[in-house]
Amino acid sequence: MSEVLTTPARVLVTKIGLDGHDRGSRIIAAYLRDAGMEVIYTSPWQKIEAVVTLAMQEDVDVIGISSLATDHLLVPKLMAALAEADLGHVRVVVGGIVPDEDEGDLLAAGVSEVFHPGAVRDDIVSSVEKFAAEATNARPQD
Amino acid sequence: MNKIDKTGSAAADWQQNYDKMIGQDRVIKNRSGIEVEPLYWPQDDASGTYAEKLGFPGADPMTRGIYPTMHRGRTWSQRQLIGLGRPADFNERIKSILKSGASALSIIPCNSVYRGIDCDEVEPEILGTCGTILNTVEDMDISLKDIPIDEISVGLNDPNPFLMLVQMLIVAENRGIPWTKITGTSNQSDYISHFVANHMFYRLSLPGARRVQMDTITYLAEHVPNWNALSIVGQHMQQAGATPAQAMGLTLSTAIQYAHDCQDRGMDPNKFLERFTFFFDISISFFEEVAKFRAGRRIWNTLVTERFGVTNPRAKRFKFHGQTSGLDLTRQQPLNNIARVTAQAMAGIFGGLQSMHTDGFDEVLSTPSEDSAKIAISTQNILKHEAHLCDVVDPLGGSYYVESLTDAMEEEILKVIGQIDDQGGMYKAVESGFVQEMIGASALEYQDQIDNGEQIIVGVNAYQEEEDASSRPVLKRPPQSHMQAQVERLKEVKAARDPAVLAKGLQDLREAAQSKDLNVFEAELNAVRAGATQGEVIAVLREVLGFGQPLVVA
Repeated sequence: MSEVLTTPARVLVTKIGLDGHDRGSRIIAAYLRDAGMEVIYTSPWQKIEAVVTLAMQEDVDVIGISSLATDHLLVPKLMAALAEADLGHVRVVVGGIVPDEDEGDLLAAGVSEVFHPGAVRDDIVSSVEKFAAEATNARPQD
Repeated sequence: MNKIDKTGSAAADWQQNYDKMIGQDRVIKNRSGIEVEPLYWPQDDASGTYAEKLGFPGADPMTRGIYPTMHRGRTWSQRQLIGLGRPADFNERIKSILKSGASALSIIPCNSVYRGIDCDEVEPEILGTCGTILNTVEDMDISLKDIPIDEISVGLNDPNPFLMLVQMLIVAENRGIPWTKITGTSNQSDYISHFVANHMFYRLSLPGARRVQMDTITYLAEHVPNWNALSIVGQHMQQAGATPAQAMGLTLSTAIQYAHDCQDRGMDPNKFLERFTFFFDISISFFEEVAKFRAGRRIWNTLVTERFGVTNPRAKRFKFHGQTSGLDLTRQQPLNNIARVTAQAMAGIFGGLQSMHTDGFDEVLSTPSEDSAKIAISTQNILKHEAHLCDVVDPLGGSYYVESLTDAMEEEILKVIGQIDDQGGMYKAVESGFVQEMIGASALEYQDQIDNGEQIIVGVNAYQEEEDASSRPVLKRPPQSHMQAQVERLKEVKAARDPAVLAKGLQDLREAAQSKDLNVFEAELNAVRAGATQGEVIAVLREVLGFGQPLVVA
């Protein structure tokens, strides 16, 4: 298995829960797309089951969850649902307004990284690229 | 003209010195893309145009303010957005905020209410974390316990189809308060802005929302005459990325659309325009915001005269609420946000607003705490009483810079209105995604300026410091047991209803929505009187009028 990622990273950028503020998720989608990744973008209020199904159908490496109003509290449920669906290799990153007290819980639940307001483009892009490569390597062999 | 001749050679001298020291290469543009000169002086003879462009406050073209006295007579309403957890928690908090000097109240419901679902259908982790649960008349009654709703102006963050207003009117009815004494505003009544820019509030399809909005305006004009049924919101569009000039232009285009819709219902612009109010974002781009508000006021004043033949001076008033922009606040060094909010609030005051919300400094970290909400209110009081910002009407009027910038912003705003006119009006321009694309492009452009350091943000891309998280306020969330009790209570309330009465209320609502001529808002009132929850009413309307699926232009 090569260490080098030869196909573009596939990233699902979405919002779960109740909030609909999507300036952040749209900007992130544009960043990742400009960096050459294949971005699957959804409208807000996705159900966890829908995110899992889409991740499977689209064969994504990374899921980016944008949360500005406490919807990040549902991410541990998403992590459990991904594991349940044999998608444990898919990496999840969260961006938006995540209080410090909650960040530890998200990381403990298996989230790869939490991006806060002020995070810069290059850091986000390079992290997602790295996680995508790791996800590809960790993919269950057929 | 003598004046200009006198400054002519002095100006040339200054320009020469300036070029020697700084040169021509330092171009500065504001967020709306207007190039800002290093110095302004009376290059035009302004004396002849004073009456035409500025005039006196309260008289056309109202550039200097919509009332003769402005803040010297009556300052703005201090309207803080609050709402946390259970109705009883909200009630306790609002009493404390009113004691600390707020003069009007504003309610934010839980995000589940914004989405139109009752608390028994929401994942418990996120219930009540952002606002108050308001599913029933009882919830609203508890929220407003001991609050004299016949004496205080109420701002409801209540998107179409306006169930919070329905609940509040029934609370008033039960308390024996005549609806004619109810004053305030439906702050989230602008469904177009929700479709475009704040999807959380977007609950019914575009045509469905348009129908309910018009039914509501018609009903309230007759039965709740002191209620502002329509607040046109530029805030969402600016928060979503529109430049200040674009946000103002798009908002005015939206208002034009709604005014046409009211005319189509046979309403008289001289009457319904009295009740139009606006809601804007106030960014930290200080002079640009002041100019945005002054220009918007002037354009609206002229526009309603030219397009709608308005003669009633009250119907030409550009009344607006301003909220300091959360987007300018930073997670890094969060106490700096108090300084940012102060500068934003000053821009709003000098812009001549009628009502203001100042953000808590911790808004970027979590739902604002009680302490930060008090600081936000104190900021307004300090600016008013200690900094004496309200002593003079339109104190920046006559500044060479501010007047020139007001003209330049006016030109930009009119360009946007022209673009929307060319699209066939705002309704069509959002249906096609034209507006969404415009806003998305501006959002990216501004983010690029931050990423490449062109726009400095203290603590983010300059002046960074190592910080540990202990400097940040600790977050309080409602205990899960409280939320569980709220869910249980809803189940009890639902179980205690008369099923036949409820079924009839919902059936009548369905028929009203299916009909062409029955008033849907009136049917909502009857359904809620029959015991329907907000979730049940919205479910029926979504079924008949269509679910609100925003057009996503990524």
